[in-house]
Amino acid sequence: MTDSHDKIRVHCEVNGQAVSFEAYPMERLLDALRVQMELTGTKEGCGEGECGACSIEMDGSLVNSCLIPVLQAEGAQIRTIEGVAHSAQLSALQQAFLTHGGAQCGICTPGMILAATSLLERNKDPTDEEIREGLSGNLCRCTGYTKIFESVVEACRTRKRGQDA
Amino acid sequence: MRAFVPDYQMEAPPTLAAALQRMASEPSAWKPFAGGTDLMVLLEAGKLPHRKFLSIWKIPDLRGIAASSTHVALGALTTYSEVRRDELLGREFPLLARAAAETGSIATQNRGTLGGNIANASPAADTPPALLVYDAELELVSPSGTRVVPFHGFWKGYKQLSLHEDELIRAIRLPRGTYGWMHFYRKVGARRAQAISKVCFAGTARMEGGKIGDLRIALGSVAPVVLRATETEQALRGARPTPIVIRAAQQTLAREIAPINDIRSTAHYRLRVAQNLLAEFCEIISA
Amino acid sequence: MGNLHIGKSVQRKEGREKVTGRARYVDDIKFPGMIHGVTARSPMARGKIREIRFGPGIPWDEFTIVTAKDIPGKNCIALLIEDQPCLVDSVVNHPEEAVVLLAHPDKYLLEEARRALQFDIDPLPPVFTLEDSLAQKQIIWGEDNVFKSYQVEQGNIDSAWSLADFIVEGEYETGAQEQLYIEPQGMIAQASPSDGVTVWGSLQCPYYVHKALVRLFGLPKEQVRVVQTETGGGFGGKEEYPSMIAGHAALLAWKSGKPVKMIYDRAEDMVATTKRHPSRTRHRTGVMRDGKLIAMEIDFTLDGGAYETLSPVVLSRGTIHAAGPYSCPNVRIRSRAVATNTPPQGAFRGFGAPQSVFALERHLDRVAEAVGISPEELRRRNFVREGETLSVGQVLQEKVQMGKLLDRALELSGYHEKRARFGRENRNNVIKRGIGFASFLHGAGFTGSGEEYLASEASMTVSQEGKVQVLAGSTEMGQGTNTVFAQIAAEALKLDCEQIEILQPDTSLVPNSGPTVASRTTMIVGKLVETAALTIQKSLFDAGLIRPDYTQTEFPNACRQYIERFGELKALVKYQHPKDLHWDDQRYRGDAYGAYAWAAYVVEVCVDTRTAEIRVEDFVAVQEVGKVINPVLAAGQIEGGVAQGIGYALYENVVWQDGRMANGQMTNYIMPTAVDVPKIRVYFEELPYVRGPAGAKGIGELPLDGTAPAIANAIANATGIDVKEIPLTPEKLMELLENLHD
Repeated sequence: MTDSHDKIRVHCEVNGQAVSFEAYPMERLLDALRVQMELTGTKEGCGEGECGACSIEMDGSLVNSCLIPVLQAEGAQIRTIEGVAHSAQLSALQQAFLTHGGAQCGICTPGMILAATSLLERNKDPTDEEIREGLSGNLCRCTGYTKIFESVVEACRTRKRGQDA
Repeated sequence: MRAFVPDYQMEAPPTLAAALQRMASEPSAWKPFAGGTDLMVLLEAGKLPHRKFLSIWKIPDLRGIAASSTHVALGALTTYSEVRRDELLGREFPLLARAAAETGSIATQNRGTLGGNIANASPAADTPPALLVYDAELELVSPSGTRVVPFHGFWKGYKQLSLHEDELIRAIRLPRGTYGWMHFYRKVGARRAQAISKVCFAGTARMEGGKIGDLRIALGSVAPVVLRATETEQALRGARPTPIVIRAAQQTLAREIAPINDIRSTAHYRLRVAQNLLAEFCEIISA
Repeated sequence: MGNLHIGKSVQRKEGREKVTGRARYVDDIKFPGMIHGVTARSPMARGKIREIRFGPGIPWDEFTIVTAKDIPGKNCIALLIEDQPCLVDSVVNHPEEAVVLLAHPDKYLLEEARRALQFDIDPLPPVFTLEDSLAQKQIIWGEDNVFKSYQVEQGNIDSAWSLADFIVEGEYETGAQEQLYIEPQGMIAQASPSDGVTVWGSLQCPYYVHKALVRLFGLPKEQVRVVQTETGGGFGGKEEYPSMIAGHAALLAWKSGKPVKMIYDRAEDMVATTKRHPSRTRHRTGVMRDGKLIAMEIDFTLDGGAYETLSPVVLSRGTIHAAGPYSCPNVRIRSRAVATNTPPQGAFRGFGAPQSVFALERHLDRVAEAVGISPEELRRRNFVREGETLSVGQVLQEKVQMGKLLDRALELSGYHEKRARFGRENRNNVIKRGIGFASFLHGAGFTGSGEEYLASEASMTVSQEGKVQVLAGSTEMGQGTNTVFAQIAAEALKLDCEQIEILQPDTSLVPNSGPTVASRTTMIVGKLVETAALTIQKSLFDAGLIRPDYTQTEFPNACRQYIERFGELKALVKYQHPKDLHWDDQRYRGDAYGAYAWAAYVVEVCVDTRTAEIRVEDFVAVQEVGKVINPVLAAGQIEGGVAQGIGYALYENVVWQDGRMANGQMTNYIMPTAVDVPKIRVYFEELPYVRGPAGAKGIGELPLDGTAPAIANAIANATGIDVKEIPLTPEKLMELLENLHD
């Protein structure tokens, strides 16, 4: 352990709100979200970028927040699970997860919903293969993926019927 | 998180010149940090020896895909997702797009960069085999200027780059000339997504009346570096890929590669798979 | 009259919290003044600690430091026995064994301190394999390294061999498997001599943790409180292990006087906690020309790791399931669980049965081949029927229809057509396809007299507003406990599910309903919930406050009046062991389980012989499970279990180096992703079980039993390889393919 260095102040936008927080420059964005910003919806499952439980959207792209040093979040637009629902109304995807059993223990669910949300933003009408590929960076131990897949398919159908984004 | 995070410093120089200057100011102290998909994993495991990093993630000069009549130049910070989305790359350099699609997960592809991948110099990297068969060149920049070197040979040994202390990888250049060649890429990992490769094979070939006019073969995860299999190429160049020719080429390949036993796989498995992928390549190009 | 809620896919009770990220898991919770704790562990498998060295550069006086000497009660994690220390006293018996605990407010500094601790250990010779343990190369536990052994006998097997037309032998091995819940182990503790001990955390069995803490601290029961937080997966990995991490967090809290949070990172969780017991099974089977089984001799051994933990019970279930749903007049099963110097193995969904069923179902395909009949015909000729006995002598009372289940599974999967077609298409093709199946059963609830011993309880209270509270020690960890209990209670009371609240399991509030394991929660505890609801209903009837045809709107008023008159409206129900179930613990014979689920799984695989990669292309899971209370939740259990079984068969390989898991990262310990698992097709048959709530049986573990052997049989069909071992990694398969051609 050599000499500690100073913290920095990071300014970014999280779920539409401007935030600023102090952290060491290479602290993980995941920790800043969960601790400094007290947004505990984003989870740590592996700390290696393998499980996707820490998935968020940063500047429109799905990323693993456990692999992002906070310095690189300066000026970024971030969306976490807390920003997916529109105040009280669940997104079509969240609703589909409820009706189709997409969440069991729920620990992978925030990341899974971010991944699926990101997929549907880029691809309004994904094939089955594209859905599975879009989710392949998010590990789920409970569901075997079948009902998560069905939830995403249902959300696509709902969105095609014109109800909500 | 097994690292003592307060010990680590990071700065974000706004321009390429500023980054180079910072690196030169304290030789070998400041390491470039792009998307972080390799370095952050090491940090979390407590295995990242360096302490000072320059975030180059936002430097404009390192981004962008530009095409001239002779080359396509990809900024070092081109992400795998950007590679996948680029139409020109998909048409002319399909193996690169394939390799990018097989790298990690979507989240990794959004942050992982070609330059970072090259600088990390893992022998299991997925895009370098494609870069090698496309005769990629690297544009390296330092305070004293720019030089262009072939990517083939840039990795001198396991995790050893021919990169000077004051240099950054600025771009990867792909000569446009393999249009019309046949392309083959296959990565074999432990599962179908998000897997570190056990064997990775990239091959291109120009066929002339049933014979192999010219070809390139590169493999990952079977040597300390991602390997251009030049001897195996030689064994096939000008030949008709009959079963006998293929078998002889497989023997040459066995001598040329040096797979090991490690936590993911065995030397024997890697050897067999490499040989079988070579056969698959030959069958596809002669179909 | 139709059902109100039973058989309906009522939405998960805590679903909204989960899809919005508002559900609070232990690491989401913080207390004022809370500090963090970590565990420093032995790098060596076996030895005596000579010295603990505190390295330089760390302000050690800022730290809370706990060793075995600080333990107020007994230095043990009380479970079946008390052989496992909470902290190493002087002898280390496995790599990653906990030696020193540290706490500090700064997480980063804490990790530095952990790194700065060095242990000087004088090595002792370790035992790493099941074989070496059996051979007693060293005695590392007890007098003979054997935690437990069983012997099951039926008929007269020694004289049966001479009658057999064919005798088929085989030896089968299964590897360790990591539970890999996506939420790692975690606990928060508050403790002091004056206030006692309270822990909050990710766990399946609050009363197991309670018992362990009582013993560790030497406190009276009332001074220990265990609260379950939202749990991100358990699968058995949080059955007994949480007692250890709870003990650690509580010891730090006790010594520091502050709340202590202890969360494992993935690397620590993988290498230090329990896994599925590795196994070796030897089969010797005597069979007649017509396919009738006449003799089954089974030798079943489990590697239990360094301490006993739950090995006797895992062994028990594995032993009882070893001969499957088949009728055979002469059976001998000898089984034992032995010690090795590896981190203790523990509970994982299936609990011994996946190991023995893998061996059996793979073996029976080989037996069929020897006799010259098809695998399905061999099964049909031997399926146990109502009135016949299982290997432990249980006379089946259920209207079991294994033949029908198998037929249905074979039809839904297109088995016969595919088998014929693949046989043709595989010739001269580097891609080989195959289809195989497994037929099996899984006993629900604790074995034999286990449920009687558990003496589970559940209670129910109703408020003046007619809101019903279910109080049970059963935990929700994704399998749907909260929702199913609500459905059962709402059905019995003729209310909406929203009127039923399931109380968060807190040992100061809820009774001991037994552990959330063994596929017992719906069947056993759900029955208690149902009975409690009916008891409350009867109280209202008997008080003349409702009539049999009462409506939901009348309910609150009736409750209010009842409470005004009698003070409270509640019911406490205790488990009643069915009088017609008898189990002999000494002879290990009798009615092993109250009910069984029955299943036939069919798997289609595709093998690329160039790379030995195996892909599961189609999966059909047919099972009879009694009444399905919630179809979406039930199917979810099967689908998730099948995915874990696919991992068990093909992907999940623990690489051992000197007794330690060397690939303890998610990068290198491979579980399937969304592109590795096909759509899993699930079909239920329902023969209501008279003792189950609304007729339900247990299903949680069932899918782990049949998935891996069905895959192995499919690979054997595709390639001609005699699969004897899982996980069948591509490396192993490549070698087997090459040997085939030699």
